[in-house]
Amino acid sequence: MAGTPLPESVELLDKLVAALKRRGVLVEEDIARCQTQAERAQPETGARMVARAWLDPEFRALMLRDGTAAAEAFGVAMAGAPPLGVLEDTDRLHHLVVCTLCSCYPRAVIGYPPHWYKSAAYRARAVREPRAVLAEFGTVLPAGVQVRVVDSTADYRWMVLPTRPAGTEGWSEEQLAAIVTRDCLVGVTLPVAENARIAA
Amino acid sequence: MSHGVHDTAQARFAPGARVRVKPGRPERIAPMHLRTPHYVRGREGVVARALGRFPNPEDLAFGRPGEPRILYHVEFDQPPVWGEGEVGDTVLIEIFEHWLEEA
Repeated sequence: MAGTPLPESVELLDKLVAALKRRGVLVEEDIARCQTQAERAQPETGARMVARAWLDPEFRALMLRDGTAAAEAFGVAMAGAPPLGVLEDTDRLHHLVVCTLCSCYPRAVIGYPPHWYKSAAYRARAVREPRAVLAEFGTVLPAGVQVRVVDSTADYRWMVLPTRPAGTEGWSEEQLAAIVTRDCLVGVTLPVAENARIAA
Repeated sequence: MSHGVHDTAQARFAPGARVRVKPGRPERIAPMHLRTPHYVRGREGVVARALGRFPNPEDLAFGRPGEPRILYHVEFDQPPVWGEGEVGDTVLIEIFEHWLEEA
């Protein structure tokens, strides 16, 4: 997380908020509502969606067809949020999400992006040498798997639906969700069955 | 004009169409907000699908009403773009219709 904001930044923010209130652009309740919504958005939501998709073919189909509707089915308020697109990994294809132009990220279902996602290094390298970046995250893809980098440049926000790892047969939705980390949801890592055994 | 994810009826390019991204760099002449990355300007790719119709961000960024434009997912082979990389790897990018021409 970032450190304490500079006093001049706080002062600037206070002035901006005061000006917006004075002009009737927003009221205090708007800020509170946005803060609540932002705090509620956590990677656990995306993880539960993935776990449900692994277990329920109908939900999986909905998620791939209309990610926004799938998020709403999990109680996420998507009105006014960018449409959510879901990228389906297969045994032959792996997706890696980056925003080379800024820091577009599926916040509604994953929360705020980590600092590395917004770094110039990740943004420049993920699109140019994705396999080297994946290796630095400890992710080695099986032979024969193609990488499709998804550069999030416009109106959508993208999350990855990873393949369900071996060794998770018979697991509950909660157990499955527990191995889907934030990093899995943008494709820098893969869910691994061992993680849950250690956690359990 | 309407816009949204389902508003693709007027899409000029069908899935599978070969397209070229316009090679221009108009931001050299005037301040602009462009959502088309430099690294694919002038490059050929294949339309994956139309994603919907959205107000043109190039206008929105300057406080002008954005005329809705069709947005596509376009896929590019990675090695030709960077002169390195693994054959079969690709880059998938959201690109507005006015940046695309038939290849």
